[in-house]
Formats: sequence, C-alpha cells, structure tokens
Amino acid sequence: MGEATKLIYKYLRHDKKFPHVWCPGCGIGILLGALIRAIDRTGFEKDEIVLVSGIGCSGRLPVYVDFNTLHTTHGRALTFATGVKLAKPSLKVIVIMGDGDAVAIGGNHFIHAARRNIDVTSIILNNSIYGMTGGQYSPTTPYGMRSSTTAYSNIEQAFKISELAVTAGAVFVGRGTVYQAKLLDGLIEKAILKPGFSVVEVIAHCHTQYGRQNRLGNAVEMMEWQRDHAVAVEKAAGMAPEALQDKIVIGVLVDKELPVYQEEYEMIRERAKATATR
Amino acid sequence: MVEGALVAGCRFFAGYPITPASEISEILSIKLPRLDGTFIQMEDEIASLGAVIGASLAGVKSMTATSGPGFSLMQENLGFAIMAEVPCVIVNVMRGGPSTGLPTFPSQSDVMQARWGTHGDHPAIALSASTVRECYEMTVKAFNLSEKFRTPVVLLMDEVVAHMREKMVLPDEDDVEVFNRVKPTVPPEWYMPYEDTPRGVPAMANFGEGYRYHVTGLTHDVRGFPTSRPDEIGPFIARLHRKISQHFSEIQMAEFFQTEDAEITIVAYGCVARSARRAMIEARERGIKVGLLKLVTIWPFARSAVEKVLQKSRILLVPEMNMGQISREVKRVNPGVAKVFTLNKVDGTIITPEEILNRITEVA
Ligand SMILES: Cc1ncc(C[n+]2csc(CCOP(=O)(O)OP(=O)(O)O)c2C)c(N)n1
Ligand code: SF4
Repeated sequence: MGEATKLIYKYLRHDKKFPHVWCPGCGIGILLGALIRAIDRTGFEKDEIVLVSGIGCSGRLPVYVDFNTLHTTHGRALTFATGVKLAKPSLKVIVIMGDGDAVAIGGNHFIHAARRNIDVTSIILNNSIYGMTGGQYSPTTPYGMRSSTTAYSNIEQAFKISELAVTAGAVFVGRGTVYQAKLLDGLIEKAILKPGFSVVEVIAHCHTQYGRQNRLGNAVEMMEWQRDHAVAVEKAAGMAPEALQDKIVIGVLVDKELPVYQEEYEMIRERAKATATR
Repeated sequence: MVEGALVAGCRFFAGYPITPASEISEILSIKLPRLDGTFIQMEDEIASLGAVIGASLAGVKSMTATSGPGFSLMQENLGFAIMAEVPCVIVNVMRGGPSTGLPTFPSQSDVMQARWGTHGDHPAIALSASTVRECYEMTVKAFNLSEKFRTPVVLLMDEVVAHMREKMVLPDEDDVEVFNRVKPTVPPEWYMPYEDTPRGVPAMANFGEGYRYHVTGLTHDVRGFPTSRPDEIGPFIARLHRKISQHFSEIQMAEFFQTEDAEITIVAYGCVARSARRAMIEARERGIKVGLLKLVTIWPFARSAVEKVLQKSRILLVPEMNMGQISREVKRVNPGVAKVFTLNKVDGTIITPEEILNRITEVA
C-alpha cells in the first residue's frame, strides 16, 4: 500500500462519509491532506485528537476524519475548544475555521483565545470570501475586489489574520498556501507540537465564488497565483515594504514562549487548596 | 445554588459577569479550583455557553449563570446543546426587560424565552425555585435531569430568591441522589451516539474515551453525521421531543397547598409563590377557600397538575412578575371549566401578599 493510501485508511472516515461536499478543485481538500500528514507525523493517537470547527465550507472538514470531531456554531469553535481543553487537558485540540468564521463573527473569541494562551491549535482557511453562503465579502476580502455583496467593489480594508494573531499574543504563527502543501505540512506539525495558542493561516482559493466573481480563473490558475505571490519570510525580511504590497509572506512568523493557560491554572488550584486548608 | 452544583458534580463553570448573577461566579472561582475543577471568565456569554458545552463533551459536568441580556446571547448555543444532546445547566437570574432593563430588580419575564428563545422546534426543561433550600435542590435536580436526558436545563431564578438569606441545613452529601450520564458499553465500532432507545436517550461517550464520533448542530443520523434524508430527519426530531414528553412525570414537579377544597386556586412560581402562600393563609382566615398550586418545573408545562386544580376550583388566579406568560399556558389548558384571572406586575417590585389578597377579593 502506498503512503497516501495508508493514511487514507487510517484517518479518513472513508467508508462512511464520502463523497464530500466541496467543489472539485477546492483548496480545502489540500488542507485536509496536509492536516492528516502533519498529525501522523506528530504521533498522536486518534483518540487523543479533538478536531473542532465552526460553520462554513471549511467547517465541514472534521466530519471526514476519524477523530473526536465537533462541528459547532458559526464563529464559536474556539469557545467550545476552550471548554474541551480545560476540562480534559490530555486531549490535543485542533480548530479549523474559515476567515469569516475566525475573524468576522468569531473575531472576539479569536483574539481572546490568543491572549489567554489556551493550548489549542487554530488552522484558518483564508479564501478571502464567504464560500458556503454564496460568495459574500469577508473581513479578508481585499480592497477593491468583488463579491456577491460588493458588486461595485469592496471599500473595506482587509484584516491580516496572521498579523492579528501575532498582536493578540499567539505564541506560534505560521502562514502557508495550499500551493506549497509541503510547507503547510510542516507548519501544521510545528503548530500542533507547540504548547500554547498556535495559529496557521492557510491561504486558499475559492474558485467557485471568489475566483469566478473576480475573473481569477480556475483552481489551477488561482494556485499558480499563490505560487507567484508567495515570498518566504526569510527573503521578505530583506525586502522593501512596497515590494511586499501584493505578496503573501509564508513561513513561521512567530515562535515564542509564554506561560500556557492550563499550567497557570494548575498553580491557581494549588493556591486555592492551600487557602482552603489554612 | 453553588453548593447544589458542587454536590451534583459540577466541576466546570464559564461565565461573564452580570448583575444579579455575578455572585455565583465569584464563589465558584474560589471553590472550583480547590476541587480540581475549572472556573473561567470568558469574553462574553456566547463564549461562556460554548465552553460549557465543550467541557461537557469532554466529560465534565458544567454550568454557566447569567441574566436577561446574557441569556439572549446564549440562545444559539442553547439550541446547539439541545440538538447535539449535550448535558449542561444554565442559570438565568431574571431581570426586567426588554434590553438592559432593570438590572437589580426582580422579574419573571424570561419564562417564554426559556421555552422558545432558541430557534427551531425543540423541547425545553426549565426549573424554578422559591426558597433557598429549593435553590440547592433544584440545582442538583437540574444537573440530574440534564445528565439523564442529555439536554440543557435552565434554572429560572428571580433576584429575590437568588439574593435571599435563609437558614438551611445542607443534607449529607451521601444522601443526595446524583445521576451521571449513561455511557456506552458496546465496542466502539458498534457505538451509535444518536440511536433511539426505549428511553429515547442514547448513551453518551465522552471525548477521549475511545469512541470517536461526530458532534454537530446540523440535523444528523444515528451515527452523528449530517443528513438531509426525510426518513432520518423526522424520526430524529421526534425523538428529541419524545425523550422529554415520555418522561413528563419524572420531570414535572409541583406542590399543592390546600387545593382539595379550594374554590380559588392560585397558580404561582418563584418568589411570587411565597407571597401567594401568605395570601392563601390570610384569605382562609377570612373564610375564603383558597388553595395554591406552586409550579417548580416551569417547562415542560405542568399540564396535569393544572388539570387537577381545574377539576376542583371555579377560579384560577395567576400572579406573575411579567405581562402574563404562564397565565397563557394555564388558559390554554383550561377547557372552559374555570375562570382564569391574572395579576401582572412589571415595575421591578415584588408582588405582595396584600396585592394577591386584594385580587382574590376582587375576583371571588
Ligand atoms: C449565526 C450565523 N450567521 C450566519 C450563518 C450563515 N453562514 C454559514 S457559513 C457562513 C460564512 C462562511 O464563510 P467562511 O467562514 O469564510 O468559511 P468558508 O465557507 O469560506 O470556508 C455564514 C455567514 C450561520 N451559519 N450562523
Ligand atoms: S464554495 Fe469555494 S470554499 Fe466552498 S467548496 Fe466550493 S470552492 Fe471550496
């Protein structure tokens, strides 16, 4: 059996849930592959993994994999994940969100989970659009682009998800594209192994909605655009800001140490017990 | 209430500060870590209930506490917990509304929100309390019912009862009946997390215990996977309702005071039931045969208890600190054999025994 086939048999609910709901050529499938390869490399048991998602095309991902899977409400995945992790810290909690999910309706939860440094890995599939509901603009739709609700062009400035995560205090932030799948495997693996709140922003294409409305071509052409605009973070360090305007900086953006919430809470428990017996 | 929660096995609390429910958070933030439990203050009430549901799925009994505005924010996740059948307890110390309303005054105006606040057709369990002892007992009961029926349970408190100081002797912990969710005993490959059972309540596996399954707020099949097949959707929604309706007698709690010979029966709950009891005694001293039906379970509605008093009394009086939420239910159940009168107060003050007595003499 080839390596991929082995992984499919081991991790996918291959006999239960397929075919999937995504459009042929969608970037989410590539993320699914990267996620499985990364988890396999970390060596966690399937029983130890809890995969949580919100609502959206990306939110449908957990149903296809054989972990403890939890498909929550739109934007709230991180709140459920917080409860799971604090209640049973031995579980490895990974959260999949879309850009609307993570930084529009769930933006507040996102910055607070980062600030608390909850030991959860967030993977955000950024396709610059609300895919599931028919291509309305999201907080990451670039200025000047079209969507179902910005027919005359988008006049709002876009959020930079990774930079937001850095500012909010995430201890690990990485960005990749679905074109550079190998890099993605590595980023996700590192994020999962990192104690504390880790974020991987995955730049992906939604050719069905964003691509079509902005005449960006088919899935392959949109992936070629990712290839042509991605700049490794090491290289970007030596580039002028103007030259980076339309580029996607990929790689590990932040990797730092901060006290993890659960460990701090253990200290609170010890203190509480000490005052109780005094 | 806090003691009740801890005895029932609650070890996780997530909340957002709001008057008049903050005391519950404050005490639990001190007590839970001593018991290796977890207290966390979330960024809002939506997050609070999300975390509570997550913790319950991981196998820890969990609760949150709030008041009107926060209860409004919780409605979507409340529906999720009903749909995904996740046990948890939500305390709502009611305040006058709409909106920010009357933060520090008592009210009973969220009775209907507890029933229909979240969207879609769904069953609901909500309990109330009128004494400090009942706060304790009903909190235990709320956890037990939620575990037994795999559903969220709402505790509707009013500010008077929530802030009341009364002496009570806590029962010995060993004497308190505590129910824990039924876990699957079948091998993981046979486990059906949403299958129908004689009780209508499937066994619940906790995350990380070898039963890897899918939890979703989408309508799902017996395995937990999303479905849009009519032959799976219909039976699923029917079971959600049936698991509650089939067990009305286990869920419904009501107390009858001197209803046997009563010509007029007061139907009351929460702090108003206390005033009603006083009014009943005084009315009897004046020679008017008054009884009291005290509702402890608010939802599902105590239809059979009301029907019982309808057979005896020609007049029912429903005093409430809202514009008439339970009285609508009483009227709905009444086939026309009795007259149903209301006494509604929404000015932030409690309904006094005198006011009830006056209303009794008016309608008698
Ligand atoms: C409270 C609420 N509001 C709106 C929706 C409708 N809705 C479903 S998915 C979605 C947006 C999804 O976009 P995104 O998070 O970017 O994910 P994608 O589909 O692009 O992967 C919306 C608005 C919802 N499910 N819940
Ligand atoms: S609509 Fe877009 S994001 Fe959703 S499955 Fe299709 S291509 Fe993917």
